[in-house]
Amino acid sequence: MNEQYTLHVNGVDRAVTDAWLGENLLYVLRERLGLLAAKGACEQGECGSCSVLVDDRLVCSCLVLAASAVGRRILTVEGLAERGAPSDVQQAFVDTGAVQCGFCTPGLIVAAHALLDRSPDPSDLEIREELSGNVCRCTGYGRIIEAVQRVAVARRETPQEPS
Amino acid sequence: MSTVETVETRVEGRARDGVIGTSPVRPDGIAKVQGSFAFSSDLSAEGCLWGATLRSPHPYARIVRIDAGPAWRISGVEAVITADDVPGRLTYGLISQDQPVFASGHVRYVGEPVAAVAADHPETCRRALAAIVVEYEVLDPLLDPEVAVAGTRDPIHPDGNVLRHQRIICGDVDATGPIVVEGTYEIGMQDQAFLGLEAALAIPDPGGGGVELHIATQWLHEDRKQIAACLGLPETHVRLVLGGVGGAFGAREDISLQVHTCLLALRLSRPVRMQYSRAESFLGHVHRHPATVWMRHHATDDGVIVKVEARYVFDGGAYASTSSAVLLNAITHTQGPYRCPNAVVDGWAVRTNHLPCGAMRGFGVVQACFAHESQLDRLAEASGLDPVEVRLRNAIHTGDVLITGQVLESVAPVARCIRETAELPLPDEPIGGHDRDVMRLPGGAGRTADTGHIRRGIGWGVAMKNLMYSEGFDDYSTARCRLADGRATIKFATAEVGQGFVTIAVQIARTILGVDDVAIDVIDTAIGSAGSTSASRQTWMSGGAVDAACRAARERLFEHVGSVHGVDPLRLAIDGIDVVDTFPESGGPALRVPVAEASAGIDIDETVEYRHRPTEDLDENGQGNCHVAFAFVAHRAVVDVDPDLGLIKVIQVATAQDVGRALNPLSVLGQIEGGIAQGLGLAVMEEIIQIDGRIRNASFTDYLLPTMLDMPPVVATLVEEPDPQAPLGAKGVGEPPCISVTPAIVAAIRDALRQVDGVGKPLTRVPVRPADIAL
Repeated sequence: MNEQYTLHVNGVDRAVTDAWLGENLLYVLRERLGLLAAKGACEQGECGSCSVLVDDRLVCSCLVLAASAVGRRILTVEGLAERGAPSDVQQAFVDTGAVQCGFCTPGLIVAAHALLDRSPDPSDLEIREELSGNVCRCTGYGRIIEAVQRVAVARRETPQEPS
Repeated sequence: MSTVETVETRVEGRARDGVIGTSPVRPDGIAKVQGSFAFSSDLSAEGCLWGATLRSPHPYARIVRIDAGPAWRISGVEAVITADDVPGRLTYGLISQDQPVFASGHVRYVGEPVAAVAADHPETCRRALAAIVVEYEVLDPLLDPEVAVAGTRDPIHPDGNVLRHQRIICGDVDATGPIVVEGTYEIGMQDQAFLGLEAALAIPDPGGGGVELHIATQWLHEDRKQIAACLGLPETHVRLVLGGVGGAFGAREDISLQVHTCLLALRLSRPVRMQYSRAESFLGHVHRHPATVWMRHHATDDGVIVKVEARYVFDGGAYASTSSAVLLNAITHTQGPYRCPNAVVDGWAVRTNHLPCGAMRGFGVVQACFAHESQLDRLAEASGLDPVEVRLRNAIHTGDVLITGQVLESVAPVARCIRETAELPLPDEPIGGHDRDVMRLPGGAGRTADTGHIRRGIGWGVAMKNLMYSEGFDDYSTARCRLADGRATIKFATAEVGQGFVTIAVQIARTILGVDDVAIDVIDTAIGSAGSTSASRQTWMSGGAVDAACRAARERLFEHVGSVHGVDPLRLAIDGIDVVDTFPESGGPALRVPVAEASAGIDIDETVEYRHRPTEDLDENGQGNCHVAFAFVAHRAVVDVDPDLGLIKVIQVATAQDVGRALNPLSVLGQIEGGIAQGLGLAVMEEIIQIDGRIRNASFTDYLLPTMLDMPPVVATLVEEPDPQAPLGAKGVGEPPCISVTPAIVAAIRDALRQVDGVGKPLTRVPVRPADIAL
């Protein structure tokens, strides 16, 4: 357990020391860097709770070896919003009732940002398909879809830079 | 969806934001979307070690020998404990304490804890568990619940193989009618599958005389009672703090890793955290009972129920958990939301060497409802009625006598729920949608045989669900309200598991006290019990407690204002955010003081326990006032079915739910949609598979959960008829949504298959599998 490497997380270089090379990105984010937003719920890439962006690609961080992300841009929920204010997607999740227990929420927020940045006006079916890799056990998804649609409408009415 | 518009329209026009009846956002919402909300798995402490559990690989075996020596020799391992290291009570359990902290003597299910370790890294823990040597003498497991019922098998536990046997005899047992329909129905084992895996952090007191446990649970005080007994400590030396809870659905009502974590921490005088993996979680908590239900209905020519007969066999698995209460719920809901003058019901909950079963959302009523709703459709067919008419004709009303002899006192808008559901619009899109996207077809892209073969079916389900605890349990909740300088602080031990009690607690305080600034104190055992977050009880019980505490504080405030202004406190009331005199002297200025001003410089502190009315045990014939109250719901499902491949897609679920009064309409909608998703899962995909006593699908790859693509739009109507027995008029809303949607979806599949050949298939088992449809 003496590996040392640097990860570029949320725009900042973070040193990982005394690590075991077998640790996945989720474990290193949470246990070594103290970034606790990404959650572990299935440990095999089925539920999306650990979703983060690596070089703008949505990945399940439980399936990524941390050391393989050296030299890449990693974005977690902690890096989404500036100056502590919630992003439009985050605020919409709160406002529409898309959050209950909240365990799936950070992963869904990352996935929803990725979807809306890629496809600003997603259809209902597109939202369902694109976010079907993120399991929520509380909400039945209705309010989550509502939140994503609300952001899409708001961004059309008030164009802005993608986050 | 129209649902959302309904909710938002409802909210408009209310006097003040954030009071009862509006939908303010969750107080923990921003923390949850930003990822800063601390779930129990996010907690750690300086010098913290990891704990892990060694589990039985056999469904039934005798432990010959345990050798922990090889584990001790691994660098980084700090502790290895077994049953020999339990200082207090060796067993625990919610109703009867029959489950060992660690197995000694025998293991009775695959996954039963045998030992635990603490080490510096999860990987070290894994190596330590692998190094522990346990020698077993493998025994022949009891896997057939009917064998346990028959009593032909030696007990696999000192308490015997029957967890409960209860019958209900009501009215004329020989009554019959010209129409008799019967069927045998099976319900598979469902997992709660909360996303936030079991996790806890135990911090020992200096000197080892006590421990503080941060835990995701449904009932802090019940946990504390069981933990303290096993630790051999007085309850006052065990403090529990609610760690953020990532869903519950019944699976956190029983002890899992609580005692193990505390034992390791106390042994080492160091903080210890434990977290289950997903595979381990399937072994580590109780599940919904698999059940076989035989039912026979006797009815008149015009479809009016004369008598119901039923026999239930619930497989409780290796330990008792709440099996006896689950069975009671099932048999007492045999009639469903229908009048039924005569009944003969026999129910068994038995012990086997399967995974232990206990609480899951719906708690026994899910199994009964799948049977009685399937039966109602058979009755409809036999009597030439459509599914809606047969249900309306038999709908139960307030004042009717239940098969337990109990008078139904709750508001019972069953017929209204059915009618309002029937009035909701059906989907206007054809099979495949207007855009003919294959993703809208059963099976999704590229898997459907022939679009022209797909049939669309419609099915119905209606349910009755008891609220709160039954059978004489002293069920209460405690809340404390402090009011000072315009700020109310509310404290309770109510487990917030995601359902949103923290939101409505704030709403209640704002409404009663006229303050906008309301804080929720830490949720822990530093106050009396709130009871469990289960049985759809917290809105009624803890809502009632918060309401009562706030009212008590308001009385003190009125006394203070009355003495300051020389007004009789009985004349004072809250109007918006002001204290006002409701009976001003003629000619004089009416007294109106903002609560923030009136409460400046004073410190009011009131704690209140709220109890619901007492209930009774059932007698040997199943007679007695065993339940407190009931809620009702109707579901209509529209399902597209590919009969060739056995694939289905649920297109829409419509529902009208009896909620009493919607304290927070958006939260109610969240419970409705979320419950429907879980009922859909049971209908068509979710089942724990055990073969020879071994679970075969302990992962989210193999245990299928509904995704966003599986979940249809929901159209919902809230039926609001405030219940005079409920402290706020509001009924619990958590469980009803998941109960009758399952039979509604299955009925819709039957309806679609009937269109194929005029006959269809009985589909008497859930979840319905592709082979059940296609073969």
